[in-house]
Amino acid sequence: MDRRKAARTITIEALTRVEGEGGLSVRLSDGAIEDVQLRIYEPPRFFEAFLRGRPLREVPDIVARICGICPVAYQMTAVHAIERALGAAITPEIRRLRRLLYCGEWIESHGLHMHLLHAPDFFNLPSGIALAEQHPEAVTRGLRLKKQGNRLLEVLGGRAIHPVNVAVGGFYRAPKLEQFAELVPDFEWGLEAAIEATRWAAGFTFPEFTQNYELVSLSHPDEYPMNEGRIVSSRGLSIEVDDYDREFAEVHAAHSTALQSERLPARTPYLVGPLARVGLNLDRLSPKARRLADEVGIEWPSQNMFHSIVARGLELTHAFEEALEILRAASQARPSRVPLVDRDGEGCAATEAPRGLIFHRYRVRADGTVAEANIIPPTSQNQRQIEADLRGFLPTVLNGDDEAAALECEKLIRNYDPCISCSTHFLKLQVERT
Amino acid sequence: MATRPRLAVFKFASCDGCQLSLLDAEDELLEFAGAVEIAYFLEATSAIAPGPYDIGLVEGSITTAHDAQRIQDIRAQCRTLITIGACATSGGIQALRNWADTDEFLQAVYASPQYISTLATSTAIADHVRVDFELRGCPINQFQLLEVVGALLQGRTPRVARHAVCLDCKRNGTVCVAVAQGLACLGPITQSGCGALCPGCDRGCYGCFGPALQANPRSLSDQYLATGHGPAQLLPLLRNYNAAATAFREESERIERLAGAGD
Repeated sequence: MDRRKAARTITIEALTRVEGEGGLSVRLSDGAIEDVQLRIYEPPRFFEAFLRGRPLREVPDIVARICGICPVAYQMTAVHAIERALGAAITPEIRRLRRLLYCGEWIESHGLHMHLLHAPDFFNLPSGIALAEQHPEAVTRGLRLKKQGNRLLEVLGGRAIHPVNVAVGGFYRAPKLEQFAELVPDFEWGLEAAIEATRWAAGFTFPEFTQNYELVSLSHPDEYPMNEGRIVSSRGLSIEVDDYDREFAEVHAAHSTALQSERLPARTPYLVGPLARVGLNLDRLSPKARRLADEVGIEWPSQNMFHSIVARGLELTHAFEEALEILRAASQARPSRVPLVDRDGEGCAATEAPRGLIFHRYRVRADGTVAEANIIPPTSQNQRQIEADLRGFLPTVLNGDDEAAALECEKLIRNYDPCISCSTHFLKLQVERT
Repeated sequence: MATRPRLAVFKFASCDGCQLSLLDAEDELLEFAGAVEIAYFLEATSAIAPGPYDIGLVEGSITTAHDAQRIQDIRAQCRTLITIGACATSGGIQALRNWADTDEFLQAVYASPQYISTLATSTAIADHVRVDFELRGCPINQFQLLEVVGALLQGRTPRVARHAVCLDCKRNGTVCVAVAQGLACLGPITQSGCGALCPGCDRGCYGCFGPALQANPRSLSDQYLATGHGPAQLLPLLRNYNAAATAFREESERIERLAGAGD
């Protein structure tokens, strides 16, 4: 019997090794794809609603709680947007420390995803723990890499998950420089270990699956994008962050508690995240990361989403190299935060979360409270692209049985390091064939 | 060799941060994974084994009718049920909806609110099922988590301090930010667990670990009200990540009434 035409429904109970829980439904008829829906049913938590009326100074603490894996991305985007609403300008020292904090989060998040969540796919293993039984040196390296990111977040932010030291205007307390010096030897190890991890990932076997992505990221003339820059794309877009709403829109699909983003005016999907950032900012990678990019045997910009683990490795390397530079050259930030004058205002900002571009807009009032908040996380921007990828990818895996096809779809989705908690519980992969 | 205890990790409305704390125990993770059988932990492994489980860790709060049913099924599957974090033990930041019009919230966030099903409240796991141990924090302290699971494995009572953050500042040699800087700090009424991080960063404690044992929030806020802090400052301070924890909730509602009477 031809399996491709069989009328049956297959359900995989949970898509795993992603942050948060959601689902995927694929409906096939006579072997043809009728519908692909990435369903996000993480229950809504209404951050944008309850931020209204809250003191603007607590926004960095509150928005951190959107995501335990990338709280710094939310904090950074919020403080930049609110500072713009207040017309406050930070000092170069604060700006460097914010980049350092972001390096900590990239290290923690990329180190976790590469080693514990994603790499097991390339060995057909269920988890990083199972991988540790076969390749203990790789997983131990991954854990130690990730730990360095967390240590940096603790030194600068107070703690790794939901840092307490980030303030609108800067930091509550200036870091202790002697603690920076203590981190240097481990970060020197980390830089070399990140290069090794990238080479390890580059040696995996990648499916030949290329798409015609519109890559979207921030871009800055002389640094790898983190906290600021113009929004650019591989199709020639180059806009100020203020014009985000003119080029991108959020729509609400029935199968999702996350709003999906699309490019205007054609309403097309687009790609954010490490693969897009590396593709658009190759020459702004740190020297060792830039040389490594040439060495790994991938032509950048890559249009193969399975290369994202290598892109993460390059960014991990970059984050260690840049963090080392800042750690070694740090001077005391005085004051640790700039004074703020409350006023009526509106401001937006975009930064680069580990998973891609994140956009916030706030309207604030002269009484120091938030009037309105709008938050667009990376995973909701990638959601349409994930669905489009699956439409392109499914025909290549439908020759196998349904269970195998579903597993391959999970792997494709994992390339995105989707953060479903961010975008608004149970990622359920359901293939329906009629 | 005896079979290893079977561990399951479940998620409800939350940020994922508390279960991440387990993966963040970098030095202990592999040893931990050797001491238990990780039978269900979606964020960490694709290998999913059916219940029953010896230990269930629950992150997140109940915000949908579906989840209210799911926690009943999970309770039936778990011999020992431990809630981890502010969401699971008090409803989390999303419990702010308990004081608001949830329909209005929906319309504020979603263009097509008819696609969303949600309850009007966010509630703690213990409001729905019996809970054997509650581990506080936003996020939890990973060492406390390892202590609780380790104690269970050894069949002893977990040692988790219930004193106030205030005492930790004294131990750390941190000068009191409430006395010396006049900041409104929840340290005197908040449970220990974070290491008194915020006062160490020159800011007041904002209550991540919820009310300490024998906390007296009324006395504290009366003191702050008498020294120039207004309800507009105290209300959001008490009403955040553990807004629905009884001692914080009652005090925030008293402040709200005071503010209303002053209008």
